[in-house]
Amino acid sequence: MVNVTIDGIKVSVPNGSTILQAAKEVGIKVPTLCYHPDQAVKANCRVCVCEVEGNRLLQAACSQPVFEGMVVKTKTPKVIEARKTILELILSHHPQDCLNCIRNGNCELQDLSAEYIIRDNPFELKVRGLEKDLSTPAIFRDPDKCVLCRRCIDACTVIQSVSALGVEKRGCESMVVPTMGGNLIDSPCVMCGQCVHACPVGAIGEIEDIDKLMAAIADPDTIVVTQIAPAVRLALGEEIGMATGDLPMEVFVAGLRHLGFDYVLHTNFTADLTILEEGNELLQRLTTGGTLPMFTSCSPGWINFCETYYPDLLDNLSTCKSPQQMFGSLVKTYWADKMNIEPQKVVSVSIMPCTAKKFEAARPEMNSSGYQDVDIVLTTREIGKLFRMSGLDFSRLEPSPFDSWMGAYTGAAVIFGATGGVMEAALRTVYEVVTKKELTDVNFTFARGFEGIKEAEIDLDGTKVKVAIAHTLSNARKLMDQVRAGESPYHFIEIMACPGGCIGGGGQPITKANVKRIERIGAIYDEDASLPLRKSHDNPEVKVLYDEFLHEPLGHKSHELLHTHYHAKNKKCL
Amino acid sequence: MDYKNIIAKFADVPGGMIEAFHAIQDEFSYLPEEAIIEAAKVFGVPAADAYGVATFYSYFSVKSRGKNIIRICESAPCHIAGADEVVAALERELGITMGNSTADGRFALEFAQCVGQCQATPVITVNSKPYFDVTPAKVVEIIAEYK
Ligand code: SF4
Ligand code: SF4
Ligand code: SF4
Ligand code: FES
Ligand code: FES
Repeated sequence: MVNVTIDGIKVSVPNGSTILQAAKEVGIKVPTLCYHPDQAVKANCRVCVCEVEGNRLLQAACSQPVFEGMVVKTKTPKVIEARKTILELILSHHPQDCLNCIRNGNCELQDLSAEYIIRDNPFELKVRGLEKDLSTPAIFRDPDKCVLCRRCIDACTVIQSVSALGVEKRGCESMVVPTMGGNLIDSPCVMCGQCVHACPVGAIGEIEDIDKLMAAIADPDTIVVTQIAPAVRLALGEEIGMATGDLPMEVFVAGLRHLGFDYVLHTNFTADLTILEEGNELLQRLTTGGTLPMFTSCSPGWINFCETYYPDLLDNLSTCKSPQQMFGSLVKTYWADKMNIEPQKVVSVSIMPCTAKKFEAARPEMNSSGYQDVDIVLTTREIGKLFRMSGLDFSRLEPSPFDSWMGAYTGAAVIFGATGGVMEAALRTVYEVVTKKELTDVNFTFARGFEGIKEAEIDLDGTKVKVAIAHTLSNARKLMDQVRAGESPYHFIEIMACPGGCIGGGGQPITKANVKRIERIGAIYDEDASLPLRKSHDNPEVKVLYDEFLHEPLGHKSHELLHTHYHAKNKKCL
Repeated sequence: MDYKNIIAKFADVPGGMIEAFHAIQDEFSYLPEEAIIEAAKVFGVPAADAYGVATFYSYFSVKSRGKNIIRICESAPCHIAGADEVVAALERELGITMGNSTADGRFALEFAQCVGQCQATPVITVNSKPYFDVTPAKVVEIIAEYK
C-alpha cells in the first residue's frame, strides 16, 4: 500500500494505483475524456491533469502512478486553467452542433464543457469539414466530431478483434478511419456497435430509424406490429430514469400501445422456437454425422464476423435464422393469416439491443414471407428516446399483456439476452428430448456469468456432449482458430458478439463499464426464475404453431421460413 | 518486380514493413492498396494498422502518382527565394497543378518540407535528386532530362 494525500485528504491505496484511482477512493472526481475504465490507458487528451507537489509540470491523473508520500492537488487555479485551455482547443475544431447531435444530453465533451464553464472560446473555430460516413444501414461515422481519443479502436481491435478502425496520417491531419481510409461498409466492420459505446461523443452512432416508424404509425392503412428482444426491457429502464430491470414487462407493453403500435408481440416467442429448431438440428447433426461443432446463429454481429474472417467454417453455423428473422417471416405469413390481416398491410418492427440487427433485417435474402420480413429495426436507445418524447409517466401506466399467437414465452427465451443463455435454453430442451425424462433442475449454472469462455461436458443419458460458450469476438476467435486447426473438442458452441451477450449489445443504453453489463445479466436470470414456464418446448403458443402450421421441427415449412444460408463476404482488407 | 516478391524479401527483417514500403514505392512510385493489404498479411497485422503506417509518413503516398516525383520545398527560406514562381513554371510546363500527376503517368508534383539545402534556395528534388537555385528557365531543362 502507498500513502498519498489528495487535496489534503490522506488515503492509502494499492501499489501501482493511478492518481485517478486514488482520487476516486477519497470521493474526488477528476475529469477524463480518453480514459475508459475497461480499456488500456491512452493518456492522449490531458483533460485529467493535476498538480503533484515537487513537479513543475502537470501530471495526467489517468496514467501517473502514485508514490509514497505523494501530495496531489486536483483543482488549483493552474489546473483548472490548463483543463479549460485543453477543452477550448478541442472545441475550437469541434462542430458546435449539440442541438442536432445524437449524443445531445449524453456526451462526455458536452458535460466537460458545462462543468468547466466554457463560454467565450478565445480560439478561432475551425472545423475540418470531413465527410460523414453513411455507408452502412447500422453505424454512421461523423469524423468532424472525433476527439481522437482512440477508444473506438480499442473496442474494435482488442475486444472484438475486428480491427476495422485505425489512425490515418499524423499530427493535426490525423483521423480515425475505417481500413484503408475508406467507408465502413468496405472495411471488415461487423456492425456490432461496440465502438458506439466506447465513443465519448457523437463521432460514431447508430443510424436512427425513428422517422420511418413515426411515418408507419401515422399511416392509417398500415398495421404496425412489433417484437421486443429479451435484453431490451431490463436495460430500457435506464433510458427513462429507472434502475436496471425495474421497468415491468407489461408496463413496457402499455407504453408501446400509447406510442401507437397496433400489436405488441415478443421475440421471446421465436427465441423459444429457435431452441426447438436449433436443438433438433444439433441432434440431427450428432446422429447423422453432420458438420460439428455446430455454432449458434442468433447474433448477427457474429454472423458477419464468421462470414468475414472464417468463411471456411460457414457449414458449422446453424442454419437457423435469428429469432428476429424467424419472427419476421412468421408475422407476415402464419400470424397475419391467423389474425385475418392482409400481410402487405403489416409493418413489422423490431426493438433490439443490437445495431447489427439493422443490417441483418436489410439482407436481401431475408424475405421468405414474400415481403421484407422485418421492415424497421429500432434500438433500445431509440425506443428510449421515443418514450422520453411521449411524456408518459411509467409509474402510472396500467400494465397491459402481450397480444396473442406470437407473444407467449418461457424463461428459456428470456435468458437468450445473456452470454450462455442460448446454450442453457438449448440444454433444457435437448436433455428432455433425448432422455425423455423431466429435468429436475433446469439451471445449468456453468453457462452463466461474465467469463470470456465457458465450457462443460453434458451427459444426456450416456451420450456425452461437449459445449463451449464465448462472448466478444476476440474470445470467439480463440474457439474458431481451434476449429479451423481441427483441434476443437466441442460439439456445440454458442457465440455472442457483444460483451455479456445482447444485454451489452451495441444498441443498448450507452454503457462505459462492464459492471453495468453484469448488473443487467443479474436482472435476466431473476426474470427467468420468476416465470412459471422455463423450457422452450413448454411454450403453449409454440405448440399451436407446430400443430397448425409448421407440423414438425426442421420440416418443409421450417426450411422455407426459418432457416437460411450464409455467404463468404470476401472483404479484401482484413 | 511484383509487389509480392518485394514484400517477401523483407518478411523476416525486423521492422521490415517500412523497408518493404520503401522498396515498393521505389518500384511503383506509390503504395498500391493491394500491396498494403499484402504487407499486412505477411507482417501479421490488421490492414487498418498497415494503412496507418503507410499514411503516417508523408514520404509515402497511397494515391497513385506519376513515375518521376518532383517535389518543391515550401518552407520559408525557399518561399522567400521565389518558390512561387518555380511552382508556376512547373505547373505550366506539365499542364497540371500541385498535388497531381500528368495523364501519361510520367510526372507528379508535390510540396515538400525543408530538405536541408537552404544555402541554395529555391530547391526542388526529382526522385530525391536535388536541384539548386532553381529558376523558371531551369525548370524547362530539368523536366527535359526526364522526358
Ligand atoms: S459530440 Fe457532444 S459536444 Fe459534440 S456536438 Fe455532439 S453533443 Fe455536442
Ligand atoms: S461496429 Fe463493431 S466492428 Fe464495426 S467499427 Fe464498431 S466496433 Fe468495429
Ligand atoms: S470516433 Fe469517438 S471513440 Fe473513436 S477516437 Fe473519435 S472520439 Fe474517440
Ligand atoms: S483522461 Fe487522462 S489523458 Fe485523457
Ligand atoms: S527551406 Fe527549402 S531547402 Fe530549406
